[in-house]
Amino acid sequence: MKLSEVQAILNAEVIVGQEKMDMEVKTAFGADLMSDVLAFAKAGSLLLTGLTNTQVIRIANVLDIAAIILVRGKKPPAETLSLARDLQIPILTTKYILFETAGRLYVKGIVGCLEKVESGSARI
Amino acid sequence: MVVWKKLKVAVRESENNLYKQSFDIEGGNFTNAGTVSTRIKSILKEKGLPDTVVRRSAIVCYEAEINIVSYAKKGVISLTVTPETVEIEAIDEGQGIPNIELAMQPGYSTANQQIREMGFGAGMGLHNINTYADIFDITSEVNKGTRLKMIIKKH
Repeated sequence: MKLSEVQAILNAEVIVGQEKMDMEVKTAFGADLMSDVLAFAKAGSLLLTGLTNTQVIRIANVLDIAAIILVRGKKPPAETLSLARDLQIPILTTKYILFETAGRLYVKGIVGCLEKVESGSARI
Repeated sequence: MVVWKKLKVAVRESENNLYKQSFDIEGGNFTNAGTVSTRIKSILKEKGLPDTVVRRSAIVCYEAEINIVSYAKKGVISLTVTPETVEIEAIDEGQGIPNIELAMQPGYSTANQQIREMGFGAGMGLHNINTYADIFDITSEVNKGTRLKMIIKKH
């Protein structure tokens, strides 16, 4: 689905990347533990998280994450915003909690970037 | 003379199709953590390497960079691109790792509260490097520092 549909489903506010709302996404990963995001998230996925520090943007860049969905109504600090603009990574913020955000996307067809962890980590 | 020397080096490197660059990392500076990995990623992208090679290189580099920022006083990350491989070497001056086998286990971590508040310190770093690098070599000396060598094959 398009990022614009993700935005509509989550009643989300686009904070960075309004011009990228036509981007197609199929998968997502959700976590507040950046170590696990690095180990398990896949390229082209949405990243659902409540963390807002600059490392979230760095990791999204490293992993080729399509867009960051901040949950629980989190707003990123200024330095996170400017880095996201520099690296052209869209940020949306939704008031839904992580569980609700994931569930609402899942019923509309977005699936996990992996189903389960078999051996500690999953290589791309 | 100096100009001639530089020129010779440049010619030799282009003959071997070799690219080399080193970056300094400051320990404890979480604001700048990850900038070197972002830079290395864009260098590799500009070279037109396959996306998965670029991404795997960026992941292992980022893990190494976060480790230096988290556990060392300072460090250097060196990137070498050869015709067949991307090589990333991370050398730091820091506390070192007393038991490498233990440190490689997923979930084992000695991270402090500050590192954990950033969302790190889950004990996945070295394990993750081992997953994404084709060749991973680690040596460490307690109270001296740690050296990671990571090689990603282009094909």
